[in-house]
Amino acid sequence: MSIEWYLVVSAMIFCIGAGGVITRRSPLVTLLCLELMLNAGNLALIAFSRMWGNAEGQVFAIIVMVVAACEVCVGLGVIVAMYRRRLPIDVDDMRELHG
Amino acid sequence: MAEFFYFLCAIVAIAGAIGVVALRNPFYAVLSLVCHLFALAGLFLLLRAEFVAFAQIVVYAGAVMVLYVFTVGYVGGDDESVRPWHGPAQKGVALVFAGMLFVELCLAILGSGLKALDGEGAPYEAGFGSPGQIGELFLTTFLFAFEAASILLLIAAVGAVVLARRRGAGRVEADRMTFTEFMRPIGTGTTAEAVGTRDAGINLPAPAAEPEREQLESGRGERA
Repeated sequence: MSIEWYLVVSAMIFCIGAGGVITRRSPLVTLLCLELMLNAGNLALIAFSRMWGNAEGQVFAIIVMVVAACEVCVGLGVIVAMYRRRLPIDVDDMRELHG
Repeated sequence: MAEFFYFLCAIVAIAGAIGVVALRNPFYAVLSLVCHLFALAGLFLLLRAEFVAFAQIVVYAGAVMVLYVFTVGYVGGDDESVRPWHGPAQKGVALVFAGMLFVELCLAILGSGLKALDGEGAPYEAGFGSPGQIGELFLTTFLFAFEAASILLLIAAVGAVVLARRRGAGRVEADRMTFTEFMRPIGTGTTAEAVGTRDAGINLPAPAAEPEREQLESGRGERA
């Protein structure tokens, strides 16, 4: 399979994730959609790494995975804290974040 | 054979991604993401990135997804209620936006004129994408990124514990705290405290917080 095919799949997954971030209102599912977008980026990085025969793109992909794990860790911590404070688990009701 | 595995993995990955977005129950969305991650690991294997594929399965589909499942179980995965004022219109706008983004990305990829995109990639050398090669790159060229990633993980772990920990039991007012007050604990020297609009003690401005709490209660009732 040529590299183009992988890039098209990557673009499709990214768009599905972007649409999900816009439509879904639960912060949990918004985080899941962010994961989708990061994974699409990973797939493109690895496809380009294969294209050049250079493993440095794979190192980038691993760093992206590290950043995604950190984001999930902090994001889920915030969601659990919101639940403990009995705040609504809904991104539309979180209007106080704009200061 | 490679074509068969490519189409199998790509279809499962895209179906999993659509499931994450479309399923209403967050628990099923998490399970759908696990399927998506496994299929994506298959695509990584086809691109000869062995180490990344297995790190994906062990770290993502294993550890991170377990964290998600526990959080969904703790918070409670109620189905989302669709509000009348931005239900269908917002979905339509999002679909149009995602479609346009996809067309634009495809134009950018296919119209880039990069000749190597048509090919199978560079000739395969033994050891490409193996743990040994990745480890060597991490400890030579990308040593700084490696160290920065370890510090980032440490900060995130400590930050998650600080955010999600149980506060002191004497704080009765904790359940009427707003999100802003929660992000700025008392005694951190904010401007609001300096000008006296927030008390320095534990008594928060109860009258101001009362209507908001009622609103929240009604919001929760509506969802339930």
